Amino acid sequence: MARLASVADLEKLRQEIVAARDPGKTKIAICSGTGCRAYASEEVIAAFRAELDQRSLADKVEIVTTGCHGFCEQGPVLVIYPEEICYLKVKPEDVAEIIDQTLVGGQVIERLLYVGPDGEQKVKESEIPFYHHQQRLVFGSNRFIDPCNIDDYLALDGYRALAKCLTEMTPEEVLAEVDRANLRGRGGGGFPAGRKWAATRNAPGDIKYVIVNADEGDPGAYMDRSLLEGNPHSVLEGLVIGAYAIGAHLGYIYVRQEYPLAVDNLGRALEQMREYGLLGKDILGSGFDFEIEVHRGAGAFVSGESSALMSSIEGKVGEPRPKYIRTSISGVHGRPSNLNNVETWANVPLIINKGADWFTAIGTEGSKGTKIFSLVGKVNNTGLVEVPMGVSLRDIIFKIGGGIRGGKKFKAVQTGGPSGGVIPEEMLDLPVDFDALTQAGSMMGSGGMIVMDEDTCMVDVAKYFLEFLAEESCGKCVPCREGITQMLHLLRLICNGEGQPGDLELLEEIATMTKDCSLCALGQSAPNPVLSSLKYFRREYELHIEEKCCPAHVCKALVTYHIDPNKCRGCGACRRNCPVGAISGEKKQPHVIDLDKCTKCDTCFMVCPPKFSAVTKLSGSEQLPAAAPAGEQEQ
Amino acid sequence: MAEVNLVINGEQVRAQEGMSILEAAREADIFIPTLCHHAEIDAYGACRLCVVELRQGDRSRVVASCLYPVAEGLVVETESEKIKNYRRTILNLLLQRWDNIPRALLDRYGAAPNPRYVENMTFCILCGLCVRYCRDVKGANVLGFIGRGTIRQVVVFPDQAMKYCPTCGNGEMECLHYCPTGVITSDYQGTGPANGQPLPHAYPVCIRDETNILEILERVGHLEY
Repeated sequence: MARLASVADLEKLRQEIVAARDPGKTKIAICSGTGCRAYASEEVIAAFRAELDQRSLADKVEIVTTGCHGFCEQGPVLVIYPEEICYLKVKPEDVAEIIDQTLVGGQVIERLLYVGPDGEQKVKESEIPFYHHQQRLVFGSNRFIDPCNIDDYLALDGYRALAKCLTEMTPEEVLAEVDRANLRGRGGGGFPAGRKWAATRNAPGDIKYVIVNADEGDPGAYMDRSLLEGNPHSVLEGLVIGAYAIGAHLGYIYVRQEYPLAVDNLGRALEQMREYGLLGKDILGSGFDFEIEVHRGAGAFVSGESSALMSSIEGKVGEPRPKYIRTSISGVHGRPSNLNNVETWANVPLIINKGADWFTAIGTEGSKGTKIFSLVGKVNNTGLVEVPMGVSLRDIIFKIGGGIRGGKKFKAVQTGGPSGGVIPEEMLDLPVDFDALTQAGSMMGSGGMIVMDEDTCMVDVAKYFLEFLAEESCGKCVPCREGITQMLHLLRLICNGEGQPGDLELLEEIATMTKDCSLCALGQSAPNPVLSSLKYFRREYELHIEEKCCPAHVCKALVTYHIDPNKCRGCGACRRNCPVGAISGEKKQPHVIDLDKCTKCDTCFMVCPPKFSAVTKLSGSEQLPAAAPAGEQEQ
Repeated sequence: MAEVNLVINGEQVRAQEGMSILEAAREADIFIPTLCHHAEIDAYGACRLCVVELRQGDRSRVVASCLYPVAEGLVVETESEKIKNYRRTILNLLLQRWDNIPRALLDRYGAAPNPRYVENMTFCILCGLCVRYCRDVKGANVLGFIGRGTIRQVVVFPDQAMKYCPTCGNGEMECLHYCPTGVITSDYQGTGPANGQPLPHAYPVCIRDETNILEILERVGHLEY
């Protein structure tokens, strides 16, 4: 590869790349993101290569190993272009058939297609409801790009925005465009990127830094990971543009060591940038110098907090420091440092290419553009989804997510990870918007979205998140460390049936103090799961305390297992599977659980055939539906 | 250094630019409690007992006064109802680690041990004064933190200790004088606290026998009640 000395060189190279490609050629885009790899997509890819070689079709069909397409639930995912045929859950043994039937025979293989809940099949990727209702501006390129090949990115107008900035725009103009786009930070806080950039640019000092925060750590969230793995150049291009606007000549990427594929792909992308002269001295002959260093984080959640992240880059322990002087004034090594999240940076080239007006036409009054969410939990279609701001939670969960699994009832959705809160059913029409979510007691966060059904106990959920935070708090300040310790203790008591009147008020007292007095954003938002669940599900807490009842039958201490003698046909499945021999009964006679022996392992509940559904969980004052005949009572 | 004017509890206070609110308040004889602050050591912002309210019109914001720099026109409340409640909650929480918090401080904010809380009587409130003194002032790095979150604790690195402690403060170890709870001892036998129970805490940071907490606090000079 030759170093590009000018924008003209870049455009010439781009033309050569595009000209060498035949748009009519059959191309199979196979997801090789972490999710699909877990489903053995690499074996599928190997099978394709071997099979195509064997049939001498290797020059006629191009295999593109791409990053994540988003529909991780259905992996491995592949799309055959130009027809856009989408096959799901593809196995290596399907490969020969795909080549015979589809590539050679022109036939669609029905059993590999998407089938909706109504039984209807969809051939094209864009027709699948999961994709159809999305607007994949940032994430969409993933499915066309081999992240290890910079030419794929160039073919899709990659680095055109950078070229435009370096030759046609002054740094002030770039900054003004981003500011006018009202791009808000995708990492959680939603702080306007333009204002942050300006603060760093205007801060005194010659040496300034730009940083990519790729320390994504919310349970269940993997948007940034998939973007870095699948389209690293979009993030890197945004970073170089930001550096140009701010006046920085060194950038850091703080990425989790636990993201090996992202680290690999980033490293390769940086090498390719250097070879092309898109990084280093005199980028594209513009006179602008910029270098990027990758800093691998050791996996502390708190290191995603900006000041902790900067301490970590300096080689110190990742502990937050007070930010009464902003990091845009005094960050890494006390120098002005601008930190933005992966997704924020990836939006920058789009804004430069298409303009702030285009960007602000998408979204709501206060939140512009799109947002990527990782939609997980008890929803039918889990995966990564990108939607315009302003779309309702209901649309995301029901239209894109396909509703709740197993026909269960929706109960709540947790947005914003451990720092966010739960949102109940009556607020499902809430738009995805930084301010609306914050007002509801949750937050946008980096985009985690955990859907919960009626079998979820909200006290248990709050407890789960606090357990996470108890480990992930740095432990420096008292409100966060001691507040979380005692809130978690109280929640454990409540789940254990040892809750007392006054506990909820005590929880609120600690939570309010922790929110206001903690040193960093982790502590300040740590009480959100408690406060939001108390706000919307207070009755559930009260039932735990007053009636020792867990309505969702999750808290083991508050649940007993019974067999409904009217439903039990004596099949013996529960008796045979009970690990502690707590179930007795004659064949074809109703069985009985000895509650003294029962360890509440849930096995009987799971093995009781659905046609009987005789095993029932009771909590508090709940009774079996029909009065059991005398002699059949378990207690 | 330029002078700035601010208002603390309705009182006009003049301060030097670069001072923290806490420093400005103390110079003006306005009381703000602290447990992790010492004039000789950089402010740290961990105990959060020094929180104050910044008022701006109808809006207010809670900040740690030990770190927040003074600025012209700041309006500060150090003992609003909200702040007093927060301090009570913080003290209630700290009582689970250190039950010998000075009476006067507890009484001032109505703090008392809460039986609903889980006890973790390490007698160390992780204020970091010893660690910071040893590291930042003495450059010795004998003491340090290990663990994250709720299991964070102060430990001694023995190699460093053997190198520095025998000569520090003529064998008296200067860090002892900075510990607000008196939990650090120069007695490496690891004797437990006054009630004789062994400490669940990392050897050899443990409580001094029959320590007169108030005497230490007085000596340290940063807690006057």
